[in-house]
Amino acid sequence: MSAERKKLLSVAALSLMALFLWWAQGHLDGYKIQILNLVAINIILALSLNLIYGFTGLFSLGHAGFMAVGAYVSSLLILPAAQKETIFLLEPLVWPLSVLQAPFFVAVLAGGVAAALFGLLISLPVLRLGGDYLGIATLGFAEIVRVVANNLPGITNGALGLKGIPHYANIWWNYGWCLFTLYFIVRIVNSNFGNVLKAIRDDETAARAMGIDVLRCKVISFALGAFFAGVGGALLASLLTTIDPKMFLFLLTFNVLMIVVAGGLGSISGTVIAGVVITVLLEWLRFVENPIDFGPIHIPGIPGMRMVIFSLALLFIILFRREGIMGMREITWDGLACACRRGGKDRG
Amino acid sequence: MVERETVLETRNVTMRFGGLTALHDFSIRVLRGSIVGLIGPNGAGKTTCFNVMTGFYAPTEGKVLFEGRDLTGKGPHQVCREGIARTFQNIRLFSNETVLQNVMIGCHVRTPLRWWEAPFPCSGTRKEREIREKAMTLLEEVELARLADECAASLPYGAQRRLEIARALATEPRFLLLDEPAAGMNPQETQKLMAFIRHIRDRFNLTVMLIEHDMRVVMGVCEHIWVLDYGVLIAEGAPREIQADPRVIEAYLGEEYIADA
Repeated sequence: MSAERKKLLSVAALSLMALFLWWAQGHLDGYKIQILNLVAINIILALSLNLIYGFTGLFSLGHAGFMAVGAYVSSLLILPAAQKETIFLLEPLVWPLSVLQAPFFVAVLAGGVAAALFGLLISLPVLRLGGDYLGIATLGFAEIVRVVANNLPGITNGALGLKGIPHYANIWWNYGWCLFTLYFIVRIVNSNFGNVLKAIRDDETAARAMGIDVLRCKVISFALGAFFAGVGGALLASLLTTIDPKMFLFLLTFNVLMIVVAGGLGSISGTVIAGVVITVLLEWLRFVENPIDFGPIHIPGIPGMRMVIFSLALLFIILFRREGIMGMREITWDGLACACRRGGKDRG
Repeated sequence: MVERETVLETRNVTMRFGGLTALHDFSIRVLRGSIVGLIGPNGAGKTTCFNVMTGFYAPTEGKVLFEGRDLTGKGPHQVCREGIARTFQNIRLFSNETVLQNVMIGCHVRTPLRWWEAPFPCSGTRKEREIREKAMTLLEEVELARLADECAASLPYGAQRRLEIARALATEPRFLLLDEPAAGMNPQETQKLMAFIRHIRDRFNLTVMLIEHDMRVVMGVCEHIWVLDYGVLIAEGAPREIQADPRVIEAYLGEEYIADA
């Protein structure tokens, strides 16, 4: 298939998507739109983790930490000054932050940049570790961020969190950022720099022998992933309009990790598919937490039952389909055309 | 013969791992444009020697000089940038990537595509095309061009060896280290490999050093040979001299053989 035709198909698919979102905004109720928004944000978060874990092979569990940084930085920039005065009860907000204001786009960008800076800061000591140790160290980082947020009332409002964050993150902002993330990460991964990252994942020793500065590339990948995690956190904060340190527990990282692993480590298409399916399931499966009657049998509602089901699902994926939905494969226009032709032949 | 310059030199290199001396007082000079061999029984320290030369190990004592510059203390990626490339005893290809991608990764050190260039179509795409073309040329050189889009792990053994060499050549080395290039090859493949090593030496102006157990390869292609045993250099010279050297025969076959002979 020619590059022109692929471009045309991509534009057509994008227009269809935009049309669907436009229709959804007018016809779906608030709850469903909220789910659509969460889908976009979860895809951003999962793509960023896939860049770090799936493509560079860095087992990182620090996503909640980067999201927290992005969420707090961006929220403090978009909160109106009057709102800041009313919510900071324990201690007034420190000076420059109390008057600082920025438009939503700039605030989200700042959230991402702040998260990336944190990523750079911790990557230098932490990325010398490999494998599981890296996972533990990044998990520790995320916990530190949360505990610090809990104990800095002058900046984060401590355990009370931030309330009344303006709800700017509508469907267009979220899907816009999602599209940007998708484009950026696909371009990175398909470039020779992406090949280098995959080389580090496959065989670090051989990568070093090929003249690749492994630590440097790892740091870049980690910081880029952290940037998009920060962006995701910033959007999430504005979507939910309220954040507090308890929101950024390990469970948040776990949800993102689940999407990445279920979709396939090292597959963009897999991440997008799993992002949609798991986000929708997370909401739809709420019914298992309500009391259910099976004829004479009465099951009382058990809060948290969803997560039990999801943990089981993750267990099954690890046991029976370790490579996830897509493995390392991608859905491409060429692949689709090939499948269509084969399908046509079977029918004919 | 015209006096040729030294391309690589090791000066009294000693490598100790705890109480074990893997390499002891190892000094050699490799002349530019030559094909040389490093042989010895299993565990003699040949691969350790390669690891010291390519920066994977920092020698406990002594120095490695490449074209007069001291390489001691430099990491593998810096050594590669200086112009030394290597292959591995147990082939280490990037197994999830295609044949072409493997070679493109090798091109990174000379034509780095920075991460910020990747998302932008103009400069990124041009550089990307350059890298792809260079990688394709190299693949044609090793007769793997028609397998460019195959997964590297799916290649037959001999082709994987050639791909590993192509990948090393992509880093534009002046000195190439081959760790058992003929391992697992049948006699025909071995014959082709010998011609191939000579061909790339001439084509890319290389100096080649190889570790090999197959004596037909070593004797057939090398101009000069060093023999290691228990980390100590026991002999050096032209193939003919090495074959006749009693110390080498002893190291390989044991004392009794000499006594019987």
